[in-house]
Amino acid sequence: MLTIPQKLLDEIHRYLEEAYPEEGVGFLFGLEGNETSVKAQHPVPNAWQPEVERVRRYDVAPQDIMEADDKAEEMELSIIGAYHSHPDHPNQPSDTDRERAHPFFIYFITSVENGKAVSTRAWRLLEDRSKFIEEEIEIMETDWFNLGD
Amino acid sequence: MPIIKIPTPLRPHTEGRRELELEGKTAGEVLDALCALYPVFREHFYEENGELRKFVNIILDESHIKDLQGLDTPLAEGDTLRILASISGG
Repeated sequence: MLTIPQKLLDEIHRYLEEAYPEEGVGFLFGLEGNETSVKAQHPVPNAWQPEVERVRRYDVAPQDIMEADDKAEEMELSIIGAYHSHPDHPNQPSDTDRERAHPFFIYFITSVENGKAVSTRAWRLLEDRSKFIEEEIEIMETDWFNLGD
Repeated sequence: MPIIKIPTPLRPHTEGRRELELEGKTAGEVLDALCALYPVFREHFYEENGELRKFVNIILDESHIKDLQGLDTPLAEGDTLRILASISGG
């Protein structure tokens, strides 16, 4: 079970809708040692090359990973995962997602259909990399613990 | 000694440690020291031919070591190497 405040999920969905028809991507921050609770999110540009393939691929530039890591540390949080969208496709991990994912990380995948974020599911890659396991997301209506931007 | 920072998804392999001080005069020597301590990293970092994997980013002062002298990049006392977990998919 993962928890995320409604406010953060709304922010993620807005950002991924803006990225449509390309895939959007960002980081999930949480407390180290308690990687089941998302405390902040941090969008980054999709840096996949060639640009024309960004409708079905995403990548994050090393500089943006470093900045995200620094920002998480400033907030006394850690990067606990990442989110990205599947424009006009189901929110299940693709073969490319499985090849490039890290075990111990949370991956949120949002299906964006015709520019509208319709649903998000959470996945975690098994340590032997054989497959993703879905984790239930609990959306918190009251955001007592979010540290904000 | 140089310091190496470990990204979150790799910390389960270092008993949760965020950074380690390791012996080494080059980036390659420090990575070797890390792999000697935690052998699981060898397959994370290297191809079978001994080259760094394409998706492994090792950073020194905001520069990727591939843009410096690669694994032969010299390190001074107190330099910090940073491993970045690549974020990519489809």
